[in-house]
Amino acid sequence: MANIKTLAKREEEQVRFGWGHALCAGCGIPIVVRTVLNSIKEPVVVANATGCLEVATTLYPYTAWNVPWVHTAFENAAATISGVETAYRALKKKGKVDGEIRFVAFGGDGGTYDIGLQALSGALERGHRFLYVCYDNEAYMNTGIQRSSATPLGAAATTEPPGKESFGKHRHRKDLTQIVAGHHIPYVAQASISHWQDLSRKVERAVSKEGPSFINVMSTCFRGWRHEAKFTTEIARLAVEARFWPLYEIDEGEWRLNYVPEEPIAVRDWLKLQGRFSHLFRPEEKKDVLAQIQAEIDRGWEELLARCKVAPTV
Amino acid sequence: MATRASEQLRVLTGHQAVAEAMRQIEPDVVAAYPITPQSEIMHYFAEFVANGKVRTELITVESEHSAMSACVGASVAGARTMTATASQGLALMIEIVYIASAMRCPIVMAIANRALSGPINIHCDHSDAMLGRDAGVAQLFAEDAQEAYDFMIMAQRIAEHPSVLLPVWVNLDGFTLTHTADVVELLEDELVKEFVGEYKPRYPLLDVDHPTTQGPFALPEYYFELKRQQVDAMESVPQVLLEVQAEFARLSGREYQGFFEPYYLDDAEYVIVVMGSTAGTTKEAVDTLRARGEKVGLLKLWLFRPFPREEIAAALEGKRAVAVLDRALSLGNYGPLYLEVSSALYEAQRRPRLYNYTYGLGGRDTTAKQLEAVFMQIQEKTFGKEMHYIDLRE
Repeated sequence: MANIKTLAKREEEQVRFGWGHALCAGCGIPIVVRTVLNSIKEPVVVANATGCLEVATTLYPYTAWNVPWVHTAFENAAATISGVETAYRALKKKGKVDGEIRFVAFGGDGGTYDIGLQALSGALERGHRFLYVCYDNEAYMNTGIQRSSATPLGAAATTEPPGKESFGKHRHRKDLTQIVAGHHIPYVAQASISHWQDLSRKVERAVSKEGPSFINVMSTCFRGWRHEAKFTTEIARLAVEARFWPLYEIDEGEWRLNYVPEEPIAVRDWLKLQGRFSHLFRPEEKKDVLAQIQAEIDRGWEELLARCKVAPTV
Repeated sequence: MATRASEQLRVLTGHQAVAEAMRQIEPDVVAAYPITPQSEIMHYFAEFVANGKVRTELITVESEHSAMSACVGASVAGARTMTATASQGLALMIEIVYIASAMRCPIVMAIANRALSGPINIHCDHSDAMLGRDAGVAQLFAEDAQEAYDFMIMAQRIAEHPSVLLPVWVNLDGFTLTHTADVVELLEDELVKEFVGEYKPRYPLLDVDHPTTQGPFALPEYYFELKRQQVDAMESVPQVLLEVQAEFARLSGREYQGFFEPYYLDDAEYVIVVMGSTAGTTKEAVDTLRARGEKVGLLKLWLFRPFPREEIAAALEGKRAVAVLDRALSLGNYGPLYLEVSSALYEAQRRPRLYNYTYGLGGRDTTAKQLEAVFMQIQEKTFGKEMHYIDLRE
């Protein structure tokens, strides 16, 4: 398993992602990208869905990418990378390309949970050898904090704001990791920017598989979540501690819980740190909504425990 | 040099002819999704793959949107890439067709022309092809299976020409051409392979030692210039087409000289302009009327995009009257082909009277008798300038 020194050394040898990207100071996405790319030994080709990452790293004629990178549209990163990966196999067979290459697609929750779900499902079912990484910051941040199907119940979003008749988003988030698990691909995992070593290990596992793999990474967006930029990884860590975002993996069909909080915090305490939930606390506390959120977390946790072998690795 | 003696005469449907061309070209990657009336192309091609007759990697995607996306991915990766579709499939692809053009992907696409919904219909018209009018793809229209076969092979060379690097669509009328059998002369496999040559991409994404960023974000400072490069690429198509046609003629003995086929056009006073299989029906009408001494002729357009403005104007200038037959609507104005032709004729000194007919929507059959009537109608100087419809119940 790569430690921090190994990752740092790899980045010294080849900066794969860097140089003047325009992502916000305090954004979680570059943590995801650098950890993913530095955890892969082999040459990497990246496909990117439209979103913050694409927009802020490839402002023509500049690029922050020092590995081959392709973007076509919003909903099709998985389809695009499946074309690239297929071309690799076709050209390798004909002796026109040699050497090992790993293929990674990055998409946000909008590009993955919502508009890109069909393309993702198709590519997973077809069995292309690629890693899809979703950086999940729980809303359409690039276009202005609109709700996605990853936005949690009660969160304020610009298209589902709290008001006299509303407490923000009315539906629980979709469980994409388990939807992907339903494809029975070799490797599926959930990770967080707060637990980079766990993420790094999961990337290593993922790219070692002959077929498709998927990692859903909790990546906070301080602009949309409304907390101070310096708390980016701390908020993500507390999401794990609150069991809101369990770290687990499904490796060749075996479910493993990677981290069990010793003293889980109440979700209320996590929500309170974020401006997007402030309307749940004032003018008076919306106890019923908070109870619904906690109940959903408890339900999900119990469901996960029933499926998993508890094997903490973090 | 090859001669016609090396060709094989076969009875093939349009689908088979296109699939045979794809087999002979043997692209690296094909991505496609089923849709009537395109599906059989892929059935034949999938059998070629299954039986090892081609080494192509076939991606059986979950939608046309993903088909086109996978094609772009494969093309930028450095693979020779093809697909085929129709109608709603093309509509679903079209977002990515624009992007394929902008990313300068030489993807050859067979389009089994079919009416767009709604109402849903599976039969031929050209409304799907018109989706690509402004998308940055070169478009060829075939009259018969032979042309579809020949165009598929020529399209490969046009698309991959260094000054073009754009998608090329080969349009063939759904059912009328795709599902009917015709005598087709196939070239020898080796000759086709030699003709299309090896694809040598300039900046393949898979060159990991020379990383490229493909499909970046371009703001007002650069977007306009990048679009202008597409304009230049499209404008280089006619010259490339002529060169490819000349080379293809030496290979096959089949002469395609120019952007349209003239049929009794030179001395004609009354002309029909049409694309696709209805050109064959029009030839029958021309033959009948010529036998009666009528000076009628046909301009059968092969190249719809880029539109050969000057050549069309030169060919139609001085005619008494021209009927432009559209197999698609541009709701709110005359038909798309009429608008192209009338715009081309604007600079002409001796402009013919110009009429627009809509025909064959949703697969409505158009007969030679009806086209004879068109030739007779446009001879009347008082004939109305409104849109005319062939065989429509009002």
